[in-house]
Amino acid sequence: MIYLVRTLISGLSLGSIYALMALGYTMVYGVAKMLNFAHGDIIMVGAYSIIVAVSQAHLPPLAAVLISVAVCACLGVTVEFLAYRPLRQAPPLNVLITAIGVSYFLQNAALLVFGSEQKAFPSIVSFPSLSVGGVEIDGITLATLAVTAVIMASLTLFISKTRIGKAMRAVSEDKGAAELMGISVNRTITLTFAVGSALAAVASIFFGAAYVYVRPTTGAMPGIKAFTAAVFGGIGSIPGAMLGGIMLGIIEQFSKTYISTLWSDAIVFGVLVLILVVRPTGLLGRKLNEKV
Amino acid sequence: MDMNKSGRLVPYPSGAFIPERDLGNMPVLEARHLGIDFGGLTAVDDFSLTIGRTEIAGLIGPNGAGKTTVFNLLTNVYQPTRGNILVNGYSTAGKSTHQVSKMGIARTFQNIRLYSNLSVLDNVKVGLHNTLKESFFAAVTHGFGYGKAERVADSVALELLDFFSLADLAETTAGSLPYGAQRRLEIVRALATSPSILLLDEPAAGMNPSETAELMENIRRIRDNFHIAVLLIEHDMNLVMGICEGICVLNYGKIITKGTPDEIRSNPTVIEAYLGRKGASETC
Amino acid sequence: MKANLKNRLCSKNAVTLYFITALYLVVSILVYGGWASRHLSSMLISISCYIAMAVSLNLVVGMLGELSLGHAGFMSVGLFAGCLFSIYTVGTLPLIVRLPGAMLLGGSAAALAGLVVGLPALRLKGDYLAIVTLGCGEIIKNVITNLNITGGALGLNTSTIYSGTKTLLPYAIALVFITVLVMMNLKKSKHGRAIMAIRDNRIAAESNGVDVTYYKLVVFVLSAFFAGAAGAIYGHSFANVKAATFDYNMSIEVLVIVVLGGMGSINGAVIAAIALKALPELLRDISDYRMLVYSVLLILIMLLNSSPRFADMKGRWSIGAMYKMLRYGRKAAVETEVSHGHE
Repeated sequence: MIYLVRTLISGLSLGSIYALMALGYTMVYGVAKMLNFAHGDIIMVGAYSIIVAVSQAHLPPLAAVLISVAVCACLGVTVEFLAYRPLRQAPPLNVLITAIGVSYFLQNAALLVFGSEQKAFPSIVSFPSLSVGGVEIDGITLATLAVTAVIMASLTLFISKTRIGKAMRAVSEDKGAAELMGISVNRTITLTFAVGSALAAVASIFFGAAYVYVRPTTGAMPGIKAFTAAVFGGIGSIPGAMLGGIMLGIIEQFSKTYISTLWSDAIVFGVLVLILVVRPTGLLGRKLNEKV
Repeated sequence: MDMNKSGRLVPYPSGAFIPERDLGNMPVLEARHLGIDFGGLTAVDDFSLTIGRTEIAGLIGPNGAGKTTVFNLLTNVYQPTRGNILVNGYSTAGKSTHQVSKMGIARTFQNIRLYSNLSVLDNVKVGLHNTLKESFFAAVTHGFGYGKAERVADSVALELLDFFSLADLAETTAGSLPYGAQRRLEIVRALATSPSILLLDEPAAGMNPSETAELMENIRRIRDNFHIAVLLIEHDMNLVMGICEGICVLNYGKIITKGTPDEIRSNPTVIEAYLGRKGASETC
Repeated sequence: MKANLKNRLCSKNAVTLYFITALYLVVSILVYGGWASRHLSSMLISISCYIAMAVSLNLVVGMLGELSLGHAGFMSVGLFAGCLFSIYTVGTLPLIVRLPGAMLLGGSAAALAGLVVGLPALRLKGDYLAIVTLGCGEIIKNVITNLNITGGALGLNTSTIYSGTKTLLPYAIALVFITVLVMMNLKKSKHGRAIMAIRDNRIAAESNGVDVTYYKLVVFVLSAFFAGAAGAIYGHSFANVKAATFDYNMSIEVLVIVVLGGMGSINGAVIAAIALKALPELLRDISDYRMLVYSVLLILIMLLNSSPRFADMKGRWSIGAMYKMLRYGRKAAVETEVSHGHE
């Protein structure tokens, strides 16, 4: 029984990191209707920023975090401006390929700058662990879960209550109409990318804390998993991203523990395929009704 | 009166008004008590209609009345929750849209749905899909009947296009056609499926009076040359009153009334549906 | 009849085939005459396989209009099935039976995988379909890596069937030719039109009597077949093969080729495959910056591709336009180009 709970906790821990990454992904997709394939690599950049800020510039952790957030947000905005905005009218597949190009670019740039050996992520803060009924939940898991929940709540409030949030929803429904209503689509999308990338930076903190070693290619697989989690939960839905991420983490952890580490990837994706077959728009996705 | 496939007498007239020339022939389309619910909303209820072999019929009603929904029901784009449909006496229950198409119903769409990246000729050839005898093997090897099938396709398609004066544009990409030509192309493509009945969804939308007159002429030509029935949804009353032999009026998913153009024109319930009670009292 | 034959010999499709023939002729002379560098030799089989992969993926992405991110998985299935067959028959069957046998078997195994992947894909569209194909590719990779028969994580030892370029080239050429021919023929047939109709407007296609379910499955199965056959040959050019190589990165590589070549365009896929596989080799000198330059080029090309002015220019200078110019004269070429749109 304890084993089960422990696996569940590990799953939650893994899942909360996926959830955090998926949130950024889904935000950008929900508003700009594009898959930012480079999202995973922005996470990687965020992790490296913290490494540089703490290990080389010897800055205090809080400053490092703020710098990382700033760097990522700027990077996201720049990438949007240079690579995605010119393609706004283009078919979505072209945008996806460009995103892939950006992803490769970031990976290789990081390779040139930081080299291919892994760097250790500094332990910036130590989070106290909690003991619940004989099971110890480590501090990082708690912190990740807490932060993810807070972010999800604030994002949901932001989208539904603020004017900018309303603008984002409008742009997500119909860019043309939103523009006609006086909403600056460019600025809204830029802001979305900034927020999404800032979320990536936050994700990188917990990712680094959990996995310690960072390489230029570290962002790629988590990026794919985040994409998977976002689609799993219903792409464009914020609670969906959270749900998708956590479920993905739990399923992955359970299959690693109870079946085999070797088969865990296959099982995770297998479950994903199954669920999508049953619910074609993801767990919390909106049913798209095609007008005939 | 005639017997349909299951041996039962087709019970018309039932508020149906088959033109005299079609009496004695099986109706081409018969909808019986069709209904569909979307979640809690009943979009269409108790819709019954019978259409004669070569009848030109109209389906009218205010916006949102459910007319396109009826078309979607007739072609099984939506599976009806209640009721059934007979095409040439055969039931369409449980069939998918493409199977219903093979049974003899063709349709056009409110928002034109052309294959914009294909040429005009290819668009029509897709309509010929089920009439061409071209196996997969033949397609891949360009032999074993491929040449013959493609020649037939070319000639039939060009002939159909010529009927609507579109033959010169055969090689043009469909997406680059002017609006009127696109509408005509969609009709040609639907005709290519060799239907028994053609469903036209707002064919005159966006047309000026002379184009509308041409469309009326074309619809008559279709009926006269191909001996098929036409059911059209329209808002343009000149067109409807001009060519429809029977009209069915829909509002809030239910049939208000059916009749000949003269009967409909002066029917107070119909006027009320379009103009509202105040408007009705003003006209009467 | 005569006019018909002449038309077919001079058609755009024929030009593509001549182009490929000429290319391979040159290449064969280099290889068999001994003038080909080691470098070039080793690239040839790989490029040929990528051409087959790209042309087969083009059927799914360009003609059917669905995004498939798991194509490498089909190549992988074909590779292992084909190579295992080859390994077990290396003593008993002569090369000329063994290799085509491996390709056929690999293709069929991959086709089966394509069917399995295609089934869940029927209900899905767009990004959801993409994720499922991605997932399936990863599942295939995972499963193959875990099977003992395929050598597990260390990979399959193919040294017994390893063959050099001189041996494999004829089969690679045959593969490319057959794949290109089948796809080209399909495109100009009733089934090809049905598939493209589904891409352009699925609902209209259904109302025209096209069985969308059937065609989606056919497309997945057929494209997987050729990917598998390509995989079988690919495996013979290595001494050791691991399933892990055939992951989503490779699927994406092939996807990039298809998109760059122009969706739906078979010629484009061929040229892009050659260009994109040869380019990193050419950039080998600036090796450190190689991938960086490649990614920048990719972004630039996509940006260019999407700007309307460039699309105009591209139309005027495309192979098709130049060909028309040669055949019909300049004026006629411009006229037909304006009214024709793109192929």
